Amino acid sequence: MGVGRRLKVDCTVNGSRHVADGVWEGESLLYVLRERFGLYGSKNACEQGECGSCSVYLDGTLVCACLVLGGQANGRSLVTIEGLDGEKVEQAFVEAGAVQCGFCTPGLVVAAHDLLQRVPRPTDAQIREALAGNICRCTGYAKIIAAVHMAAGSA
Amino acid sequence: MEFMQPATWSEALAMKAAHPEATPIAGGTDVMVGLNLDHGRPESIIDLTRIRELGEWGSDDGWLRIGAGVTYTKLIDELGDRLPGLAMASRTVGSPQIRNRGTVGGNLGTASPAGDAHPPLLAADAQVELASATGTRRVPVREFFTGPKQTTMRKDELIAAFLVEPAAGPQQFSKVGTRNAMVIAVCSFALALDPARRRVGTGIGSAGPTPLRATEAERFLEGVLDEQGSWDRRTRVSEAAVTRFGELVASAARPIDDVRGTAAYRRHALSVLARRCFTWAWAAA
Ligand SMILES: Cc1cc2nc3c(=O)[nH]c(=O)nc-3n(C[C@H](O)[C@H](O)[C@H](O)COP(=O)(O)OP(=O)(O)OC[C@H]3O[C@@H](n4cnc5c(N)ncnc54)[C@H](O)[C@@H]3O)c2cc1C
Ligand code: FES
Ligand code: FES
Repeated sequence: MGVGRRLKVDCTVNGSRHVADGVWEGESLLYVLRERFGLYGSKNACEQGECGSCSVYLDGTLVCACLVLGGQANGRSLVTIEGLDGEKVEQAFVEAGAVQCGFCTPGLVVAAHDLLQRVPRPTDAQIREALAGNICRCTGYAKIIAAVHMAAGSA
Repeated sequence: MEFMQPATWSEALAMKAAHPEATPIAGGTDVMVGLNLDHGRPESIIDLTRIRELGEWGSDDGWLRIGAGVTYTKLIDELGDRLPGLAMASRTVGSPQIRNRGTVGGNLGTASPAGDAHPPLLAADAQVELASATGTRRVPVREFFTGPKQTTMRKDELIAAFLVEPAAGPQQFSKVGTRNAMVIAVCSFALALDPARRRVGTGIGSAGPTPLRATEAERFLEGVLDEQGSWDRRTRVSEAAVTRFGELVASAARPIDDVRGTAAYRRHALSVLARRCFTWAWAAA
């Protein structure tokens, strides 16, 4: 069988058409975004859905890009951290001191953005629940939760 | 590796017939982990996410027929009131990202003894609808699992849907894990009470080679409730009877020692989960 580079992935990313040729059939959307489209904002840490650092919107739904097969994104519309309307959340992360090394931040910002779309004024418990799939090794989460409250307050 | 993307169900069944070794992919939350970590490469992949009816549900002769591609999020949002036990279990699956993608069909396809959808489906006596290019059959969930990650599904078949009756009484689900999210169950338990039919349904997860029912515990509890006339009057059930129910659930399990817990711990925890689930369900009845 070998590694045949045979797939074409044609999708909309952040509002513009992106096409990659010769994609390996087993390649994840995360790999396509980073290595073929040069969008390095979505991070690759675990490739098994555990850390959330690759969180993106797929047709408006929050997903882990590492768990979507490249071919499954054909014809779909994606929003990554690069194209997210996420300034309010990002600003709050900076102001609350919710960013240390920053590796987890893009994923957390996308996940927090998704929460605030669904629940404009979330409680602590709702924030914890919504961010349960995003791992941060630095901050200890308290400031991340504070940042989400802050972003909600300025909404 | 070949990537196939059928647009219709009949196309998908034809592809599966022509490529019986092909791996179907729905939400990909199990399949992609395997691919990313290079745990073997499938000969070919059939993407089921383009088949609209797989992501839909409707009613079928008083039952709910839920497409294999319905995600946990959709199930919780749209069917949480009619299927409270399955919705409780669905809320414990992974994270929002996982629930937005993962499907009950994929949970059945993986057939892990720890799959969280399985205990409530067992407790509710659900059926799995399997389809191939040559026909469709419905298999009771209790006959679907044949071993760890093994089922009665043939290589030329796909899971079309599962069928379950809307809850006829209180349902509960409880799961033991190291944290409140993102955990594979150490063990889990589901209970469904059907006062009109005087039936008790149970499901045990992650404590045997397959998800299991605790049949003896079901008959015991039905007997207690019948004898006391409790189904109609909701009288208090004795501490001793509830304890015995828990013991019978624990003894129906066939757990092993593994990284997540010992067999002895699992049995003990199951007796506690069973007692709690009954107490909660009875309070709501
Ligand atoms: C971070 C993380 C956390 C998780 N947490 C949990 C948890 O708490 N509880 C739990 O139970 N699971 C959990 N899982 C496992 C997984 O999310 C579930 O098993 C989910 O239900 C799989 O659904 P899917 O649609 O993503 O399946 P896929 O990965 O697409 O497929 C899974 C299997 O089913 C087969 N399949 C899929 N659809 C069909 C079909 N229609 N017909 C025939 N075969 C089919 C596939 O070939 C494959 O073998 C977790 C996974 C991850 C990555
Ligand atoms: S890289 Fe996708 S969840 Fe960790
Ligand atoms: S800031 Fe370093 S991982 Fe979160």
